[in-house]
Amino acid sequence: MEALIANITELLSDNTIFNMQTLGYYGQGLATTVQLVFLALVIGLVLAVPLAIGRGSKRKWIKLPIFFYTYVFRGTPLLVQLYLIYYGVVFVEGIQDTWLWLILEKPFYPALIAFTLNTAAYTTEIFHGAIKATPRGEIEAARAYGMSWGLMMRRIVLPSAFRRALPSYGNEVIFMLHASAIASVVTIMDLTGAARFVYARYYAPFEAFLFVAAIYLCLTFAILFLFRFLEKRLLAHLKPASQ
Amino acid sequence: MKKLLIVSILGTALLAGTAQARDYEEVRFGVDVPYEPMEYRTPDGELTGFDIDLGNALCAEMNIECEWIVQGWDGIIPGLLSRKYDAIMSSMTINDERREQVLFSDPYFTPPSAWFAPAESEIEMPYPQTLEGKTIGVQRGTLQDNYVTDNFGDVADVNRYATADDMVLDMDAGRLDIVFLDFPVGKATLLDSEAGNYKVVGEMITEPKKYFGDGFGIAFRQRDEELAAKFNEALATLRENGTYDDIYNRYFGNNNAE
Repeated sequence: MEALIANITELLSDNTIFNMQTLGYYGQGLATTVQLVFLALVIGLVLAVPLAIGRGSKRKWIKLPIFFYTYVFRGTPLLVQLYLIYYGVVFVEGIQDTWLWLILEKPFYPALIAFTLNTAAYTTEIFHGAIKATPRGEIEAARAYGMSWGLMMRRIVLPSAFRRALPSYGNEVIFMLHASAIASVVTIMDLTGAARFVYARYYAPFEAFLFVAAIYLCLTFAILFLFRFLEKRLLAHLKPASQ
Repeated sequence: MKKLLIVSILGTALLAGTAQARDYEEVRFGVDVPYEPMEYRTPDGELTGFDIDLGNALCAEMNIECEWIVQGWDGIIPGLLSRKYDAIMSSMTINDERREQVLFSDPYFTPPSAWFAPAESEIEMPYPQTLEGKTIGVQRGTLQDNYVTDNFGDVADVNRYATADDMVLDMDAGRLDIVFLDFPVGKATLLDSEAGNYKVVGEMITEPKKYFGDGFGIAFRQRDEELAAKFNEALATLRENGTYDDIYNRYFGNNNAE
């Protein structure tokens, strides 16, 4: 490890912008971005499954509130939602004295809440669409076997819906990664925050932002690769037989 | 043949020289607002502040037209270099890093920086030991940011804000233990407008020069030496005839800041 650091230091000896300190910022930024996006996606996914089922319910009192939620969060910019959750809540009288402040004081959790609610709204709609597209024949067959609603959901509808939703969910994951670039407006030092810091300190927009763009590109390719792999495994039965 | 070549080269060089030495009839200033009391907007949207008044007075002295162009701080030097405006007059501290990019006028103002904390804060002197584990607020990309990052970045959390307003908002919210700001700005946004809630911690800080430089200067593109010289001349005149003091007192009273 020390030999590696010495190597890097030597490589960077002629470089005013990329020294150990700024690379450290980029490294921490990468960790923060991955953490933030990963947690938001996991929690968002867990929330989205029941919401997507409820969204397709016949009962109005289940269906309408979920529709309203996805409508609001898909209809307003993520930046506005983040501002409201980070700067807006402090105007709630006395919030500093409640346990909520433990969560809202540091910028990480407000950003996580905003990102989670946003991605959950989009994922809900993606899954809802996939569930709705379940072939009628499969449902009729499940009924003919005498399956209960829960069993049918678990065994027939959800597994095939997840598979159908996979490609568009992969897009949502990539969008979420890119959208996370706005976290730096609430002082989080994510990848973009690190780039902005380097830019402001050395007045070097190209170096600072091209470097960070390359990192985002690598992350995006990793996600693409993962979903390509998953699709190959899980959607194999949908491929033309001759291949 | 050789002679002809030299003559023609000299000729073109001369022509190019005269073409560049233009008369400045209009100067566009880049400015980042709000940064009270140096530059901000009155309730009816008019630009005002120490920089604006002094800049207009300088232009009046030189008989040229002034125009102010609002530009965010992050991109204020790139904006100058890409000719969106001809000069920056926006509380910009002269330092070596910036000198590599721009040409500065003589300093026109030297503000101290200061630490501000809530009135009930127990921090007495801002040393690395006393600020350990605290959250410090600074405006991103300012010399205060550099100073805090290098001296306190290892022991404390540094929150960097795009505007001073966002920082004050978070200070009000209780998210920041202490902020490090240009004194005049902190005085206007924290001490005056929310009297009693905030206090200055420790002494005014103007050293080391590595961070705090020589004071505020007007920034020009490197090649506009002539324009910078004209401004320096006008600035000297204003200091002599009392106009500078009038403007200074308008914003900082008789015994503040310096």
